[in-house]
Amino acid sequence: MSALSLTKSVYEAIRAHGEETYPHECCGALLGRPGEHGWLVTDSVRAGNTRTDSAHNRYQIAPIELVRIQRQARENALEIAGFYHSHPDHPAQWSPTDFAEAHWLGCSYVITSVAKGTATVTNSFLLAGTTEEDKRFEQETIQVEDVPGDLHKQALQETTSTKDQR
Amino acid sequence: MTIYIPTPLRTYAGGKDAVEIGAATISEALTSLTSTYPDLRKHLFTNEGKVRAFVNLYLNDEDVRYLPEKENSQVSGKDTLSIIPSIAGGAFAHS
Repeated sequence: MSALSLTKSVYEAIRAHGEETYPHECCGALLGRPGEHGWLVTDSVRAGNTRTDSAHNRYQIAPIELVRIQRQARENALEIAGFYHSHPDHPAQWSPTDFAEAHWLGCSYVITSVAKGTATVTNSFLLAGTTEEDKRFEQETIQVEDVPGDLHKQALQETTSTKDQR
Repeated sequence: MTIYIPTPLRTYAGGKDAVEIGAATISEALTSLTSTYPDLRKHLFTNEGKVRAFVNLYLNDEDVRYLPEKENSQVSGKDTLSIIPSIAGGAFAHS
């Protein structure tokens, strides 16, 4: 299972965003770098939800906003690692709509359930596969760290240490 | 011109996040890009050769779909073309 590493500030920011937009869905992008076991996310960028016709249960980020977010990531030597959105009064599980509209293979899709205005469960799903035809969501663990990657480094060191002992 | 490659497609573009292409139009640039990196083709185009519905193309800050000449628009060396898969979803399964 892959692991998504989020800084504490990013984790808190995306959950707070979901509470602020309740009862509407929030959405945004996650910026970071690829790590040993998954993305190491250091920044989040809020985006507007263009689905004003059904904002309580749908979201969409305007492509021009994505162009600017991608530009911002490049300028900071980061990559778009994934996206986040909220499910107001709905579980933090991907829906058929989420799956059908997911096209960023290899990226993480983070969903926070917001119950009566309070963020509860946050889950992350890696969009695995190589094409639209074989894509699938795989749940991944979320690691919240003060400095992203610390747990990855620790795990790597433990693996190396174990091998050295053999 | 410079073509910016989104995260999921970099694997099919030699790991690059940007590719420099000499071309007169957007269409020529995409043809050149997919000739250099053939694995990109199926991710960008349908079997009929049309840009996939969820793939957005932006010439600088303009959506190519709304340019008068669309993919036949002229480009220069300073132009940028961003390839951006769409982002959408939501809790409710039915439209």
